[in-house]
Amino acid sequence: MLSGGLALFYGIVEVGRNWLGPFTPHVEISRRLSALPIYAGYSLLRIALAYVLSLLFAITYGYIAAYRPRAERFMIPLLDVLQSIPVLSFLPGVMLAMAALFPGRQLGVELGAVLLIFTGQVWNMAFSFYASLKSIPREMREAATIYRFNWWQRFVQIELPFATIGLVWNSMMSVAGAWFFLMACEQFSDFRLPGLGSYLQAAADDGDTRSIVLGILTMIAVIVMIDQFVWRPVIAWAEKFKMEQVESASVPTSWVLHFLQHSRAVAVFRKRAIRPLREQMVHYFARREEDRADSPHENHALVWFARAVGIAALVAISYAVVRVVMIVAGLPSADFRQIGIGLAATFLRVNATLVLGALWTIPVGVAIGFNPRLARIAQPLAQIAASVPATALFPVVLLVLIRLGGGLGVGSIVLLLLGTQWYILFNVIAGAIAIPTDLKEAADVFGIRGWERWRKLILPGIFPFLVTGMITASGGAWNASIVAEYFRFKGQTYSTVGVGAMISSATEAKNFDLLLVSTIALAAVVVTTNRLLWRRLYRLAETRYKLEG
Amino acid sequence: MSEPIIRAQAVEKFYVQPDGNRIEVIAPVDLDIEPGKIVALLGPSGCGKSTLLRMLTGLSQPSSGEVLWHGRPITSQNAGVAIVFQSFALFPWLTVLDNVEAPLEARGVAAMERHKRALRILDTVGLDGFESAYPKELSGGMKQRVGFARAMVVEPEVLFMDEPFSALDVLTAENLRNELLELWISKKMPTSAIFIVTHNIEEAVLLADRVIVLGRNPARVRADFSIEITHPRDRKSSRFVELVDYIYKIMTQPDLALAAPGATAAAQKPARQKYQMIPHARVGGIAGLLELLHDRGGKEDLYRLAEVLIMDAEDLLPIVEASVILGFATLKEGDVEITAEGVRFAEAGILERKILFRNAALKHIVILQQIDSVLHAKADHSISQEFFYDILDEHFSQDEVERQFETAMNWGRYAEIFDFDRESHRLTLAEPVGEPHPPTTTPVQS
Repeated sequence: MLSGGLALFYGIVEVGRNWLGPFTPHVEISRRLSALPIYAGYSLLRIALAYVLSLLFAITYGYIAAYRPRAERFMIPLLDVLQSIPVLSFLPGVMLAMAALFPGRQLGVELGAVLLIFTGQVWNMAFSFYASLKSIPREMREAATIYRFNWWQRFVQIELPFATIGLVWNSMMSVAGAWFFLMACEQFSDFRLPGLGSYLQAAADDGDTRSIVLGILTMIAVIVMIDQFVWRPVIAWAEKFKMEQVESASVPTSWVLHFLQHSRAVAVFRKRAIRPLREQMVHYFARREEDRADSPHENHALVWFARAVGIAALVAISYAVVRVVMIVAGLPSADFRQIGIGLAATFLRVNATLVLGALWTIPVGVAIGFNPRLARIAQPLAQIAASVPATALFPVVLLVLIRLGGGLGVGSIVLLLLGTQWYILFNVIAGAIAIPTDLKEAADVFGIRGWERWRKLILPGIFPFLVTGMITASGGAWNASIVAEYFRFKGQTYSTVGVGAMISSATEAKNFDLLLVSTIALAAVVVTTNRLLWRRLYRLAETRYKLEG
Repeated sequence: MSEPIIRAQAVEKFYVQPDGNRIEVIAPVDLDIEPGKIVALLGPSGCGKSTLLRMLTGLSQPSSGEVLWHGRPITSQNAGVAIVFQSFALFPWLTVLDNVEAPLEARGVAAMERHKRALRILDTVGLDGFESAYPKELSGGMKQRVGFARAMVVEPEVLFMDEPFSALDVLTAENLRNELLELWISKKMPTSAIFIVTHNIEEAVLLADRVIVLGRNPARVRADFSIEITHPRDRKSSRFVELVDYIYKIMTQPDLALAAPGATAAAQKPARQKYQMIPHARVGGIAGLLELLHDRGGKEDLYRLAEVLIMDAEDLLPIVEASVILGFATLKEGDVEITAEGVRFAEAGILERKILFRNAALKHIVILQQIDSVLHAKADHSISQEFFYDILDEHFSQDEVERQFETAMNWGRYAEIFDFDRESHRLTLAEPVGEPHPPTTTPVQS
């Protein structure tokens, strides 16, 4: 206990000293083995902070959107757009802004990283919470009304439980994505942060193979530990929030959860602290509800506050729009041509990556999905491989590529592939597993073999999963293009034609107008392709190719 | 007559469409719930029974008219009511005990007291020993017991039940019904009136002191009468059978206002020109019914038919109504009789049936006539489904439009009046039956 407290105290002081300390543009990364845990700690702390922030925001956003029809009308489409914008394209802008906001303090850059991870992970969580609230069965809501549940009771006994499973899975996805962004942030040119990402970068910079291996191992260890100590217990615990009428046969388990549930200390804590606190809440809210029923009136102050915030937001947005229009109008036409070429190049690169990824993952994924024995071996391996954020490996891959003599033109495709192929692979495996055995048997009976079998059974069967995987992969690839097309390595700048490279170089050159316009253009292209292509494919998958039980 | 607990005065539910057209779901209804009585509300599925129940409990607001709770306008905060739901609506993440305690928590009852009251009520419904179980560990019947316990723990003056037994299997439902009745008769229930919504005619006659039968489109009170047989009631007694038969008669003769003993004079509006509403039966069901009727000599009592088929009135009636509308059968005094056309259909083979059905459908079914003539009139013989949604929108509520369209699609595709492409949402003229081409749809006949 005591040592734990001391460690915690030391950690806080150390973090505080570092974050509130003066801004250091070139963080020296130590490659001593003893420094690794500290770097891992810094990385973890950023992830945790961003996650807590995301969770709170997601719940608030989802709640308001679900219960305020007028807010819902613009909040949900907005969410849709925000979700498909490649976050990393804002990395340079956000970092510059945050550094300016806290001049001379490390805190600005740190908060910038947290903010960026937050924007990367919050939207799907918010949407999940919103969708859960919307899908609460009508009779359950009516039961709550007829039995006079107050706001608090609705929240903790219906809404949160109902949304838990969706939130848990989306949290896992979000945090996995957060590692990707964090690594990019930690390595980002002038605003390098002490952490695992920068450690790996420094190691690759020096061609220090031992440090690279150790860094990657630490990374894997941290991810496995999060899985064992956070996600597994949470998933096992969340099982009780399943809306099932009958208990399912196989239930996820976790040794950590088992330990917690059988621990004396936890039991005492629950009895002494949690239960009385809960009782207090119950009575407080029941009394409040009674008062409200006696004198029903709206909270005027709150309503006016909300209106004021809304108007302020509207003014701010209008101002921003006007500014952007002015900037766009003032940009030289050569820049526009350049942006156009960059967008086209990145577009081609991203889609080449998707095709390449699909080409190898479809046969491999189907083979794994159809063969349970192979799946048992391959799936955990693939999961570990996928859990290492591609951005952490970028410096290493680049090192290898340069040694082999390739440039970033080909290299960036390898880098993109590294970050996105897993989404497709896992979805294809899931799709292959989901093809019902009787369909496979029917294909066997009618002698449907070879290419016919792929055309009639396998491809239509995995189609919805493949589309889901490709959508995620496409988002990931656009994101990664920012860091993959422009890389500073061993004091040298490697770059290739593309809008990602433009954004990064515009930052370096402090050309804010170009940075702004190319970021907006990139976001616009991604949102448009999502609408025109992926959304349609998804609808097709949802209707014609859905295997319904 | 004692003072009613709940009084509904001309409550009505309608939706106003953008063009100002009103879709009436529930025509003005007057209704009292008095202490000491079990009231059963009967009606065909989708007629608005549940909507009426929700207005009576204060869960939903009537479009006009008002509901009074002891003379004051009802709200979900002042009404001493509870509801037992068809789907149980238990919280799966709470134990049985926590589920029952939850309404008491909302009322700010102290922990000890809460616990005591919940345990007592669980004991009453026969759930002691299951306090710490989760709902998913329980069978359907046990789950509904938790539903009852949760409703009774708040000691409601009126206990509302929305088809409480229809999600249970026959035996479990029967058992639970009897236990409910026992608690009620022995005055072990802390409620002074029960209001039960059901589509099961026997259930209503078995439980209720008063039965209200709702008609459809819009819902209005067709009959309202008392049942004065003492409990427990014998299903085989002549009075019981007579009442069941009587209710069948009311429910199958939608256009006839039947005078019943003690019926309230429901304000009948002058009947305006109504768009034909097709009953939601599948072609396979209609064919099955006609075959059965034909085998059994062409005529059968509805009540008997329901018994032979082990079907609820809810499932049987749409099939019978569809056969009648199509001219394959007639209904009189609770008896179904097959027509000459019906006999031809029952004896026909697969392809011939399609032709007979097509002829009958085009002769009697308005929406199919409209689709057929529009498709013939248009140069490309194709039209978007929206067109027909718009027609139906004028006359039905949103959900009913969907159901009407679904059934029309089922019938029209079978009869090969048109093809329907679900992805483009378009209807196209089908090549008529009898052409030398294999039928595209080969329905499996039972």
